[in-house]
Amino acid sequence: MLEATLQSLKRLLIAFAIAITVGTTLGFLFARSRFLDDTLGFLVIALQTIPSIAWLPFAIIWFGLTDTSVIFITTLGATWTMAVAARTGIKNIPPIYLKAAQTMGTGMGWRMFSQVMIPAAFPHLITGLRTAWAFAWRALVAGELIAKGVGLGQILQDGRNLGDTSLMLCIVIIIAVLGTVSDHFCFKRMEDKILVRYGLK
Amino acid sequence: MQHPIIEIQHVNKSFIQRGGSDFTALQNVSLSIQKGEFVSLLGPSGCGKSTLLNLVAGLEKADAGSVTVGGKTVTGPGPDRVVVFQEHALFPWLTVLDNVAFGLKQKGVGKAERESIAREQIKAVHLTKFADRYPHELSGGMKQRAAIARALAMDPEILLMDEPFSALDEQTRLILHRDLEEIWMQTGKTILFVTHNIREAVTLSDRVVVMSTRPGEIKKEFMIQATRPRDKADSNLYHMENQIMQSLADELEKVVKEEMGDEYSLQEKRLSDPAADHVGSGI
Ligand SMILES: Nc1ncnc2c1ncn2[C@@H]1O[C@H](COP(=O)(O)OP(=O)(O)OP(=O)(O)O)[C@@H](O)[C@H]1O
Ligand SMILES: [Mg+2]
Repeated sequence: MLEATLQSLKRLLIAFAIAITVGTTLGFLFARSRFLDDTLGFLVIALQTIPSIAWLPFAIIWFGLTDTSVIFITTLGATWTMAVAARTGIKNIPPIYLKAAQTMGTGMGWRMFSQVMIPAAFPHLITGLRTAWAFAWRALVAGELIAKGVGLGQILQDGRNLGDTSLMLCIVIIIAVLGTVSDHFCFKRMEDKILVRYGLK
Repeated sequence: MQHPIIEIQHVNKSFIQRGGSDFTALQNVSLSIQKGEFVSLLGPSGCGKSTLLNLVAGLEKADAGSVTVGGKTVTGPGPDRVVVFQEHALFPWLTVLDNVAFGLKQKGVGKAERESIAREQIKAVHLTKFADRYPHELSGGMKQRAAIARALAMDPEILLMDEPFSALDEQTRLILHRDLEEIWMQTGKTILFVTHNIREAVTLSDRVVVMSTRPGEIKKEFMIQATRPRDKADSNLYHMENQIMQSLADELEKVVKEEMGDEYSLQEKRLSDPAADHVGSGI
């Protein structure tokens, strides 16, 4: 069971890392480019409303009943939320920060992005992170129920095959506890700390 | 006379308004500023003071005319001209020390060196005790001091200040005036200072440039010849204040007329009496 938990967490973390990188980049592009926002922006909103499990049949055709499929849909589950949060966060940066940074020589490239835009948008980004994390969890378990391999979802499925409801309940509790604990000790803490530091709380 | 460090020649600048029509913010503005000079831009709200300062900063581009700094045409922001804004614009995610060191970091100065320079500047604005605080933990006056330290840390030739003290209470403002004058006398920086407070302009500057509105133009310049450090009780200053008030009175009327329309006639008498308690107050 420990093995299954670790495997699930590994998939989750891989997917989550991809999702926040891609999501933040997309969000940044949407926030900075009027053209992209007008053309593709609504598409992201549309994608966000699709339950990511709906992509599983596609994933199975492309990648088979493998880890890759699970990671794929988990990533999809979190990316769009992250993109929308990043876009909002970056659009809401007070322009005066960008002006001040420019006069101090950041230019408008990578240094502006990493040293000013990301930290300035952080209060929004962290809300996005929390939601993305929750979405990723859901997609992960859903995917694992169907795909092969070792993971919490698979054990749940095994429990069903054996008719072992106590095992199933046990897994559900593990999922709930892991989700809550990680949110509380990782994201909530981070959020509180950031809000205090930024003087928002 | 030596070559001016800032040279603004026949600059026009208009903005496209929301309706799509053009709004002329600056029309045929020319201004030269000598190295080491302290010049204030004074004028009613909306006359284009910030726009002019932003042109020098490189944050806006002129439609016509030229802006040169140190003989070079301004094409964008540069570390030789740092802006201090009305709203301090300190980064809330950095401590005072890191904020002050930020510009040096962009220049590629090593960590130890930039921190020692930053600490020096923080000391110069009397914030040593607060170096490790975050901006939201400081008072309004301290934030402005930190913003000034951040600008000075870059060691720019020119300091551009856009109403840096207008959000502060009177006491704090007076203290900061004294500090700024001291810093200016010690460093010999060229300062372009935007304000709508006549007394502030007169107390701090060598020269006060009065602008008129719609379209934004330079109306008149006043040389302030009084001893440094300035003494609030100096009768010269008081005299200049009255003169500038007089010259601004017509501008004020113009603005008020436009904003209040018919109701204006009620106010006319009061406004045309500039020597009354208006002197020294904000426009
Ligand atoms: N980005 C912009 N887009 C459209 N109009 C603008 C823009 N920036 C300034 N303006 C207009 O140009 C005029 C001059 O603005 P500016 O900010 O330079 O005035 P100001 O003299 O600094 O006024 P204040 O004392 O209120 O700061 C104003 O009427 C303003 O509405
Ligand atoms: Mg202004």
